[in-house]
Amino acid sequence: MDCSLVRTLVHRYCAGEENWVDSRTIYVGHREPPPGAEAYIPQRYPDNRIVSSKYTFWNFIPKNLFEQFRRVANFYFLIIFLVQLIIDTPTSPVTSGLPLFFVITVTAIKQGYEDWLRHKADNAMNQCPVHFIQHGKLVRKQSRKLRVGDIVMVKEDETFPCDLIFLSSNRGDGTCHVTTASLDGESSHKTHYAVQDTKGFHTEEDIGGLHATIECEQPQPDLYKFVGRINVYSDLNDPVVRPLGSENLLLRGATLKNTEKIFGVAIYTGMETKMALNYQSKSQKRSAVEKSMNAFLIVYLCILISKALINTVLKYVWQSEPFRDEPWYNQKTESERQRNLFLRAFTDFLAFMVLFNYIIPVSMYVTVEMQKFLGSYFITWDEDMFDEETGEGPLVNTSDLNEELGQVEYIFTDKTGTLTENNMEFKECCIEGHVYVPHVICNGQVLPESSGIDMIDSSPSVNGREREELFFRALCLCHTVQVKDNDSVDGPRKSPDGGTSCVYISSSPDEVALVEGVQRLGFTYLRLKDSYMELLNRENHVERFELLEILSFDSVRRRMSVIVKSATGEIYLFCKGADSSIFPRVIEGKVDQIRARVERNAVEGLRTLCVAYKRLIQEEYEGICKLLQAAKVALQDREKKLAEAYEQIEKDLILLGATAVEDRLQEKAADTIEALQKAGIKVWVLTGDKMETAAATCYACKLFRRNTQLLELTTKRIEEQSLHDVLFELSKTVLRHSGSLTRDNFSGLSADMQDYGLIIDGAALSLIMKPREDGSSSNYRELFLEICRSCSAVLCCRMAPLQKAQIVKLIKFSKEHPITLAVGDGANDVSMILEAHVGIGVIGKEGRQAARNSDYAIPKFKHLKKMLLVHGHFYYIRISELVQYFFYKTLYDTAYLTLYNISFTSLPILLYSLMEQHIGIDVLKRDPTLYRDVAKNALLRWRVFIYWTLLGLFDALVFFFGAYFMFENTTVTSNGQIFGNWTFGTLVFTVMVFTVTLKLALDTHYWTWINHFVIWGSLLFYVVFSLLWGGVIWPFLNYQRMYYVFIQMLSSGPAWLAIVLLVTISLLPDVLKKVLCRQLWPTATERVQQNGCAQPRDRDSEFTPLASLQSPGYQSTCPSAAWYSSRSQQVTLAAWKGKVSVEPPPALSGSRHHCSSSPSHSCPGSRVQLLV
Amino acid sequence: MTWSATARGAHQPDNTAFTQQRLPAWQPLLSASIALPLFFCAGLAFIGLGLGLYYSSNGIKELEYDYTGDSGTGNCSVCAAAGQGRAPPPPCSCAWYFSLPELFQGPVYLYYELTNFYQNNRRYSVSRDDAQLSGLPSALRHPVNECAPYQFSAAGLPIAPCGAIANSLFNDSFSLWHQRLPGGLYVEVPLDRSGIAWWTDYHVKFRNPPLVNGSLALAFQGTAPPPNWRRPVYELSPDPNNTGFINQDFVVWMRTAALPTFRKLYARIRQGNYSAGLPRGAYRVNITYNYPVRAFGGHKLLIFSSISWMGGKNPFLGIAYLVVGSLCILTGFVMLIVYIRYQDQDDDYEE
Repeated sequence: MDCSLVRTLVHRYCAGEENWVDSRTIYVGHREPPPGAEAYIPQRYPDNRIVSSKYTFWNFIPKNLFEQFRRVANFYFLIIFLVQLIIDTPTSPVTSGLPLFFVITVTAIKQGYEDWLRHKADNAMNQCPVHFIQHGKLVRKQSRKLRVGDIVMVKEDETFPCDLIFLSSNRGDGTCHVTTASLDGESSHKTHYAVQDTKGFHTEEDIGGLHATIECEQPQPDLYKFVGRINVYSDLNDPVVRPLGSENLLLRGATLKNTEKIFGVAIYTGMETKMALNYQSKSQKRSAVEKSMNAFLIVYLCILISKALINTVLKYVWQSEPFRDEPWYNQKTESERQRNLFLRAFTDFLAFMVLFNYIIPVSMYVTVEMQKFLGSYFITWDEDMFDEETGEGPLVNTSDLNEELGQVEYIFTDKTGTLTENNMEFKECCIEGHVYVPHVICNGQVLPESSGIDMIDSSPSVNGREREELFFRALCLCHTVQVKDNDSVDGPRKSPDGGTSCVYISSSPDEVALVEGVQRLGFTYLRLKDSYMELLNRENHVERFELLEILSFDSVRRRMSVIVKSATGEIYLFCKGADSSIFPRVIEGKVDQIRARVERNAVEGLRTLCVAYKRLIQEEYEGICKLLQAAKVALQDREKKLAEAYEQIEKDLILLGATAVEDRLQEKAADTIEALQKAGIKVWVLTGDKMETAAATCYACKLFRRNTQLLELTTKRIEEQSLHDVLFELSKTVLRHSGSLTRDNFSGLSADMQDYGLIIDGAALSLIMKPREDGSSSNYRELFLEICRSCSAVLCCRMAPLQKAQIVKLIKFSKEHPITLAVGDGANDVSMILEAHVGIGVIGKEGRQAARNSDYAIPKFKHLKKMLLVHGHFYYIRISELVQYFFYKTLYDTAYLTLYNISFTSLPILLYSLMEQHIGIDVLKRDPTLYRDVAKNALLRWRVFIYWTLLGLFDALVFFFGAYFMFENTTVTSNGQIFGNWTFGTLVFTVMVFTVTLKLALDTHYWTWINHFVIWGSLLFYVVFSLLWGGVIWPFLNYQRMYYVFIQMLSSGPAWLAIVLLVTISLLPDVLKKVLCRQLWPTATERVQQNGCAQPRDRDSEFTPLASLQSPGYQSTCPSAAWYSSRSQQVTLAAWKGKVSVEPPPALSGSRHHCSSSPSHSCPGSRVQLLV
Repeated sequence: MTWSATARGAHQPDNTAFTQQRLPAWQPLLSASIALPLFFCAGLAFIGLGLGLYYSSNGIKELEYDYTGDSGTGNCSVCAAAGQGRAPPPPCSCAWYFSLPELFQGPVYLYYELTNFYQNNRRYSVSRDDAQLSGLPSALRHPVNECAPYQFSAAGLPIAPCGAIANSLFNDSFSLWHQRLPGGLYVEVPLDRSGIAWWTDYHVKFRNPPLVNGSLALAFQGTAPPPNWRRPVYELSPDPNNTGFINQDFVVWMRTAALPTFRKLYARIRQGNYSAGLPRGAYRVNITYNYPVRAFGGHKLLIFSSISWMGGKNPFLGIAYLVVGSLCILTGFVMLIVYIRYQDQDDDYEE
């Protein structure tokens, strides 16, 4: 298996050079070819097992340990631990070994559990039963036992277990219908064709007797490409050779529809199926917070190393005088004296490293892990994200990325099933300016709706009536819908009153919706029989039309036509298509009225189609026939000639009307998108769907607004101009506004701003992404990125799954390294979900592939809003505080170390990081702009980090020198006894614990009883622990240096005073900074907190956090903000700019003033309601 | 490929305040209106405390004398010169004369101070065996490795008490003499040498090994005294309650100091006529000069100090309180100004 995998890989890398580097030969049903046929080299293929798990039972421990120690911090602690084991250091190895062991174990257990879940899922899939043909008999086996060459039988609604060559179906014409919804997102039915020579084999025996070989290319990930050939041997004749294309290939993951059963032969199995190749391997995702954490760690590491170095040097300088190096009272052992100086210096260096290694907090990782793990439960528990219909709540697959949800700048969303429900519905039609809505049918009578359109009169004239019926007939006839044959022959013949018993199937869901809609308006399409189309009109008469020609749909013409002959002998051409392709061909009809209606519908996000007709006389028809015939038989340029013929035929039409079909959006999708955009997130839609459809959806969900100027970058345009020109032209258009854009970009919503929407299709994208010959591919990409960045919304259509991932990657690695989020529901979105920083799966109808591979799974798209705006925000705040706090609190921790970090101060911050809500959930939901406050990793920037570090340093100095001066040359007890160095350490330590805990208390904005309990509890715990620790002689310790130290210390008055003093001094700057900042430069979030209620913010919220720094004048007048000058100049500048634009309307001022001046900061909820 | 079975069943989440993150909470905000009064109150309280501390520290008297014996600084220089470069230095005694013009308010404590002595050196401070010192017989014979090079004597006997700290025990001794009348006799002032160590150290942490045949000396048989000691540990004092590991001087010494300049309590003066303090008159301190400090550039000092409720003389705490208090008030004023002007502007801007 491995061997062939390597081959596949090699093949894949060479594939670019030659298309047919390697091929595989498959003996259908494992029957050897007759002698005399070419001798093939037998190949080994993988079995049909799908493996998504990372570990096996055997390699778990080594592999997991290896992975874990690849993490810098873990590796570092391992080194420290080893150093401690080897050399004589001030601290025992246990102090660093124990936490490390704990971290590793916890992580391993977590990962092991996750992998076990994956194993279970894989097993479920690998063990589902599959029907085989073996020696002409049907056998059931587990899916994983499937081999290349096996003949498989698949029944209706089953998914294909591997990639199959379609041999035969129970349908006579050797076709079957397939939906590839979980592969590429298209839920329409596609027709596949059986191999010509085998389509007659309907029974197991027949197919078991088939003697054939298949030659085909080695697996490759392109879903739409397949090349191969089949040799069918019969007893007498020479083998028949047939070419095989992608129309003969049934892909794993696709579902068989509308066909009872098919037979196929497996050619690609297991990890070689196209679906598996389209899969990206799951790589560990790291969040931005973790990245900054690592950066901080590296800084601290540098500090640590330099500190150790300096200390080593200082030590030797200090020791250079012999009486210091070895005073008589402290002599060295013989071995110590003899040790090499260099070696000694090195061990000293290591010892210092170990001594100071506590500035790198080992317990931070444990705490962060725990915080994430426990924190993810709040997402799972969230009732607002529970979907009643499906009974599903959100799932959290990776808890590592909670805080990343608060950082998202780009959202890539799938359309089908994510934004929309993938459920087409006929909304209305407009005939000659009258609007008909199928919902208002009373007793089969159509009532024209009186909305907006001026009616000529309520009862249409005879002429009008005729047109109306013609329109309905046109809709009934002009399509390629097939009626599913129900078991009972008379099924479709039931009267329309008896309900719709017939099921329509089509490659386009719109057509189905139309036909069903027309059915509700009284005309029912019955079936196509012997090239006669039968339909049931309002009077329940069956009308028969002879279908003469179908001018099928293509995406260039964007229309289709049928030519039918009515029972009365009249020949009609009905044409249906996009408005842009119909209107230019119309010579008659109420164009203006219909156009107005169409445009209105388009803006509402409905998919519109226009219907026109033309009456043909016999001669004309014969001319057309000839034209078409000539084009169809042409050997060269057939496509082109056909297109020309169509062009000639479809002209001089008479406009009948327009239809509107709604692709139902998911609940609140538009609302969500709007909120997200307001939060400063760019939303991209990536879909495999057609451009028109996708664009309509974008309008519907308010991604494109009425005033959005659309820029198209499509294959069609590129054909007209060169890619180069198009790109440059677009960039010029966009960048013309760039001056104003960059500033307005923040606010995003200012009404007068021109926003742009970009539409790009897959082919154009691959052109852009394709490296040019001279290798300067980046040129186009840069340009493209530039354009994209200036657009408020981007729509990418006709995307292959891997292309989606490509786009995500492109953005991910662009200059600013934005955080990306991908959301999708189908298997086609998996690669995109895996690629993005955060992948979210919608637990949809199209299988759970996406949900399983995602980091988070939500039942509906609308839940994204709460997920990002509330949970993301919280987690980000929580984790950033957590990280900073850890760096802060460990700065001066060289006294007693392990216990401190783990037990005294970890729990409160952990709880804090779980409970903190600096601002209400409702407020966050209402005011998405607050999201911008935390965007771009704002709380973990270097400035903030330095602030915390300096604060820690300051506190450390205060503690040490405070205690130093306290103890200098004096006694602090009333009995004159002297304290030793352990008392000194204990004092420092006590002050530290109190400061650190109180600092946390200062930062806590949300005091639940749990917070109270934990914060005060941890202080209490510290005291009790110290009393216990010092109060008893612990027999298991071989030193008793802490004995009674703490109690002795408490017996001294000055010690108490010193504790109070030092804690106050340490906290003072932070309090000062907080108060001043809040007063002088409040962020949007703080303003909301200040007011306790959100109401006046609704206006202000449109301004950026920078612009809302309102009182720039105070920067200079504030003398105590010395450290604050570090706040960059840029802020000041922006603040000045912001001042101009910040003008809330006077109406709000009263209430706001009231709010901010009242000392109580929580407005009662009722008042909020009132004011809002 | 479809995902057939879900691992986690669909379950309706609990609707509790905790899971929905809706626990009732107090949401305090650090705004100026809270912080301002806080600052002023804290400032005032601190200044008050600071003043109290400052004055109480100023009321404490200290009298100190450097008897290291640098050349020409007194009669101890002879001893210093005699001990120069010799290990162990020969016994030598010298004296310090001083007179008190008025009563030195008691109770008076006698301290010795060493400078430049790094008791906080790590190798030094771990060089002890707490198990041995708590009287464990097995530990007596097998001192821990940290004690090296004072673990075993040259003869291979275990050292008791082992380690560098014990070895470097301060072995100067002092006696105080009072001359009531000029030219009169010097009367010895009783020095209370008990109760100078922590009660817990003396009573719990330090224990002698169990006596063998009623004799402490036998209990220590088979061990060697630290190399610098002139007497074995069981002969530190004739008083059986003050010898061996529970010798108070030893216990005090074993509580290592935090800083290289440190004081240790030598005795308390609180008996007889001297319970109220040292009356005026001339005094002499007889010093047995044994301890060499010049080798490491250190000094030895002798200090008489009175004690208040807050301990010895230490103006730092009072000053620090004063400074912090005034800082609080100062920043309070700054914030007040900022606050008022900000309010103004806020109003302007809203109108």
